[in-house]
Amino acid sequence: MALVTAARRLAQVSLREYSRRSPAVSRGAWQPADRSFTTGTQPLWSDSKVTVHFINRDGEKITVKASPGDSLLDVVINEDLDFDGFGACEGTLACSTCHLIFDEEAYKKLGPVTDEEMDMLDLAYGLTETSRLGCQICLTKSLEGLVARVPESVADIRQSKDGSA
Amino acid sequence: MRNCRRLLSELKLWTSGRSKWTRGLNEGLGGSGKAFLSTSSCPKVCIVGSGPAGFYTAQHLIKARQDVEVDIYERLPVPFGLVRFGVAPDHPEVKNVINTFTQTAKHSRCSFYGNVNVGKDVTVGELQGAYHAIVLSYGAEGNRTMGVPGEDLPGVYSAKDFVGWYNGLPSCRELKPDLSCETAVILGQGNVALDVARILLSPLDILKKTDITQPALEALAESRVRKVLIVGRRGPMQVACTIKELREMVNLPGTRPEMVTADFDGVSEALKGVPRPRKRLTELLLKTALDAPGDKELERRRNAAKVWGFRFYRSPTEILADPGRSRTAGIRLAVNRLEGSGDAARAVLTGEVEDVSCGLVISSIGYKSLPIDPSVPFDSRRAVVPNSVGRVHQAAGLYCSGWLKTGPTGVIATTMNNSFDTARSLLEDMDSGALDVSAAKPGSQAVSSLLEERGVKPVTFSDWEKIDSLETRRGEACGKPREKLLSVEEMLKVARS
Repeated sequence: MALVTAARRLAQVSLREYSRRSPAVSRGAWQPADRSFTTGTQPLWSDSKVTVHFINRDGEKITVKASPGDSLLDVVINEDLDFDGFGACEGTLACSTCHLIFDEEAYKKLGPVTDEEMDMLDLAYGLTETSRLGCQICLTKSLEGLVARVPESVADIRQSKDGSA
Repeated sequence: MRNCRRLLSELKLWTSGRSKWTRGLNEGLGGSGKAFLSTSSCPKVCIVGSGPAGFYTAQHLIKARQDVEVDIYERLPVPFGLVRFGVAPDHPEVKNVINTFTQTAKHSRCSFYGNVNVGKDVTVGELQGAYHAIVLSYGAEGNRTMGVPGEDLPGVYSAKDFVGWYNGLPSCRELKPDLSCETAVILGQGNVALDVARILLSPLDILKKTDITQPALEALAESRVRKVLIVGRRGPMQVACTIKELREMVNLPGTRPEMVTADFDGVSEALKGVPRPRKRLTELLLKTALDAPGDKELERRRNAAKVWGFRFYRSPTEILADPGRSRTAGIRLAVNRLEGSGDAARAVLTGEVEDVSCGLVISSIGYKSLPIDPSVPFDSRRAVVPNSVGRVHQAAGLYCSGWLKTGPTGVIATTMNNSFDTARSLLEDMDSGALDVSAAKPGSQAVSSLLEERGVKPVTFSDWEKIDSLETRRGEACGKPREKLLSVEEMLKVARS
């Protein structure tokens, strides 16, 4: 279950990881400009990137470029997108904090949802018919221009009262 | 897979503004990392309790204002509360939040002080003298009792204590539950009840690779428990557990489900128009209880030596003892019927009773918060600190988050949102002036002096890291993620080494 997810992420993430870890060691002298030099294994040509738009909780649209194979959670982390509490369980299908909402057309393109994802999605605040967990959606070129809305994560009054989450 | 998680945790810095974090880390690095003298104008907040509520409140505060300093006090030498002591050993992914909490703890504007008992070593009043605001996030360490005769017989335990026992909570070390009987009855049908059932029936092969404590593993290896009944007052549509945990029981190797068909009368008809989460959960329950299994599943069930099942419409009225009154021999259950439907349905006694033979009774009917300081308002009926959006009633400068605020239900994400809400209230009050942060406060320096006078030596976060490192190394030696230290004495010894 989580093993499959983790194995898939390991395959995607491992090479990039090693290059990204080196800046952490030299963080004392870290300058923003260095970043482009140290994340060396990212493709250098731009047409292999996928453009993704996030609508944050303030309604602002944030546009980023991501690599095919990245999950939407990877994108949020890699791009330092400022969504409070997003991705608490680090993509292991043990929470619902990477909940994202799509329009109907986009939702259809995202493919089938596993029972395991659905089980965790069922716990998400503001669940809709077109909700998905960002850690389970891997980008492909066909998802170019995808728009994902980050829903409010604040519990509605009913839930904070009886806490039946 | 563990390597993958390590990679992931190193990759994942806070999603909420990583660049701000690295600046923060740069600020704090050098020497002890915390060796700043705070400027007199910075707001100082004290958080009591280092579980998810405490850490998420701290995280939100530190991120929102560049001048807030947060000190987290914890009674035990080790942090993380129920993430360490409540989350089941076979749910390690849920514990990934510890990585985020660790980052918070290591932020230059956050300090952790373990081994400090607020209410005993230092009062809330004294903390209020030292800090601009106090956030109480110490959770729910008590439990609701069944209130039935025989509840104190050997063989009856609260789920809180049973879970604390297999998770290494120092105060539950001596529980030594008797697992020599064939049948165990669990009262309550929430996720904690299912965790207990699952740990009682899981194959040893699975458990021995988790961070379950060694004594618990040994006891479970000798366990003769073969049948677990999970009993609830109401019906299938009122179970409080969630579908992931139910699915784990259904798929638990070496076990088969066995339920009472009549308990499910009328349930599938009642599913129309029910929200998706409840619908899917009930459908899985119906399928498990009623559907004829396919060949493969039939074969699996035939080979299963262990049995589990929900029993509905039953409330405990008495724990029955053996003739010598020395141990549990059974439980008397009152039969209920339901009035109303959905969440609001009520269990009403019919007058009938039913006796079930069993040697182990675990009541999983809810945790309960306790008052720790007489100066803090406490609602004893609901067992929470009375508050509005985290602002404690009639107590300026006092806030609460987590289970102490809303009652003991919800998963970590629930607590996260709850804590962010409290932090927002606190920040609003700072901005509006409702909370006066203009006068300087001494913060931890004042508290440290008091503690020193009283012979209390706090455990710092780097002291915890020595414990963490030892537990991890000991775990590696036996194929587990960690081998927990089981007593406060051992923890302090390692912390001071």
